[in-house]
Amino acid sequence: MKTIFQFIIKELLQVKRDKKMLVVIFMAPILQLIFLGYAANMDVNVIHTTIYDQDKTETSRDFIKRFEQSGYFKLDYYVDNYDEVTDLLNEGKTLVAIIIPKDFEKKINRRETAPLQTLFEGSDGNKASIALGYIQGIATKFSQGIVAETKDKLGMKISLSGSLIPEVRVWYNPEMKTRNYMVPGILGLILMISTISLMSMAVVREREIGTLEQLIVTPIKNYQLILGKLIPFTLIGFVVLIIVMVIMTQWFGIVVRGNKLFLLFTALLFVLSNLGIGLFISTVSKTQQQAMMASVFAVMMPMIYLSGFAFPIENMPQAVQYITYIIPLKYFIVILRGIVLKGIGFSSLWVETLILFGMGVTLLVFSSLRFSKKIE
Amino acid sequence: MNAIEVNNLTKEFGKFTAVDNVNFNVKQGEIFGFLGANGAGKSTTIRMLIGILEPTSGDALVSGYSIKNQSDLVKKNIGYMSQKFSLYNDLTVVENIRFFAGIYGLDGKKYEERKKWVLKVANLENMENVMTSSLPGGIKQRLALGTAVIHEPKIVFLDEPTSGVDPISRRNFWDLINELSEGGTTILVTTHYLDEAEFCNDIILINAGKLIAQGNAKALKTNYIKNPILEIESDRVVDSLEILEKEKWVGETSIFGNYIHVILNDSTINEQHIYQLLQEKNGIAVKRVKKITPTLEDVFIHLIEKDSKKNVQ
Ligand SMILES: Nc1ncnc2c1ncn2[C@@H]1O[C@H](COP(=O)(O)OP(=O)(O)O)[C@@H](O)[C@H]1O
Ligand SMILES: [Mg+2]
Repeated sequence: MKTIFQFIIKELLQVKRDKKMLVVIFMAPILQLIFLGYAANMDVNVIHTTIYDQDKTETSRDFIKRFEQSGYFKLDYYVDNYDEVTDLLNEGKTLVAIIIPKDFEKKINRRETAPLQTLFEGSDGNKASIALGYIQGIATKFSQGIVAETKDKLGMKISLSGSLIPEVRVWYNPEMKTRNYMVPGILGLILMISTISLMSMAVVREREIGTLEQLIVTPIKNYQLILGKLIPFTLIGFVVLIIVMVIMTQWFGIVVRGNKLFLLFTALLFVLSNLGIGLFISTVSKTQQQAMMASVFAVMMPMIYLSGFAFPIENMPQAVQYITYIIPLKYFIVILRGIVLKGIGFSSLWVETLILFGMGVTLLVFSSLRFSKKIE
Repeated sequence: MNAIEVNNLTKEFGKFTAVDNVNFNVKQGEIFGFLGANGAGKSTTIRMLIGILEPTSGDALVSGYSIKNQSDLVKKNIGYMSQKFSLYNDLTVVENIRFFAGIYGLDGKKYEERKKWVLKVANLENMENVMTSSLPGGIKQRLALGTAVIHEPKIVFLDEPTSGVDPISRRNFWDLINELSEGGTTILVTTHYLDEAEFCNDIILINAGKLIAQGNAKALKTNYIKNPILEIESDRVVDSLEILEKEKWVGETSIFGNYIHVILNDSTINEQHIYQLLQEKNGIAVKRVKKITPTLEDVFIHLIEKDSKKNVQ
């Protein structure tokens, strides 16, 4: 235990004195967060939609068909009660729920205003606002069509008052800001970059300057050596996390709706995965330069692209979607967005939490075994 | 009892044999010199002996424990200073000492006592908060040695501890090695400075992975070269060498500054023949010719050339 304590002190002293590392760990994240927080613009190809048709008439079915024909909406679920709507939105299985009221046809025929209710899973504000635009377009066209039809049949002018007004309610992200959606993702990203870099560089540097060989000759055990790196870097990871969270809440005004302790717990699992990856990189690199290249190009960049951080996973080719299953960042981003934006907790996020836990343990054990005491 | 016993130790890297079936013993408490040119296999041998490199075949007992299956016990009994500087440059002197002491489980009084000792031998008393990177090379090496033996091991392995260090610091470093040795520590030290071999109780010479000579300095000088050696001082060293090498009775030659050493194949040749050949026939002024006892360098050059010729055939 004392040995590990000496290690922790030593690692922290070294990080403190390494100006370049300090920039990578502390300065870069802050700048990244602020820049990335302001920049975000994404396209939407598929809008997962749930239909709750309370009217069940020819007119309502006709109206639904317009959504299908538009090409943007994928009508995944047809449901019969509000609870199901709520569940689907909560679990993020659907982006928008369209609720057609009971007297939809009647009101249309009487040329009264028919209230259409649409609910959004608005944590991705960008996507939600694009979907809303499409819905409004379809609704307007539909009501114009009805007016034109009536005009033809009766052969006389009618007022245009018979129209469809979608009543929109956005859940989770009332201001519909893309930023609110992006910033928690950036938080995950930053935590990943700093912990992977720290771990891979620290071990490779010791190998490069020869101190690793010196350590291996001492009677310390492998697990002590590994814990001696894991503990200080986990601590640093948490300092980074807290800095980033403060910026998120204070600068961007994004409120963490869910349990902060649960967030910290999942962050710990995530950090363990990253340290495992970092340790692995250090076992396959001979120099710090190699480790840096491997971290950035072979690990972090692909992970960022495939994590769903910037590009929605459902828009990726199926084969690529399978790859995303092995990316810890993907699960952590789902968890982060869930906790920060939706305020949901373990009961809704237990799958992701368990996967992160499993990945953390597997990666660490695997890398530790590789990091064998004999260096050939 | 021997501190180290090496039996048929071999290390292959792929097809390349870096250490080839090496055998030797190191006696308790002696300073054992391990000599060889760069790439001869010194570091590879040491790395096997300290348990960080697995031998391809053969075994060794270090402090009585097998390096193959008792490397944990080996590690408890040894200190090691690798050929790279192996302290942390970005820690202060005392932070380095504390870290390594901590790894060896030293604390309290024992730690204070050993810290003081390391600071003393490194000449760093009152300078413990200096950043290690800013120390001069000689001091760094002494600090590294002090730290490597902070836990008072029975055996220390020093891999080229004086390479790249100025002559005065080398001298001081050897004083420290002697001090350790007097305290009963067994020391195995590699070097490619042949003058340092004179400070060792026993020496082995390794070439291309093979052990080619062993014994103490005196035995090496008398056992391995039987033929007489002439030392020649002349004006035109290179020309003289060229002329000499054409003669049948000249064996190996080597240049030391203004001198040429010639190992004779024919013991009837004497100083007079040299004067005749160089001065009278070729007009090169010869200042001095003298029969000498071989230096270690002569012995090693002789042995290495013999070994290389054998390998070519
Ligand atoms: N890990 C390794 N892989 C392949 N070859 C190696 C390795 N380590 C050393 N060698 C080779 O083995 C030979 C002996 O190296 P080394 O023991 O370092 O020599 P020395 O310490 O005597 O200078 C050299 O030719 C070196 O290139
Ligand atoms: Mg070497």
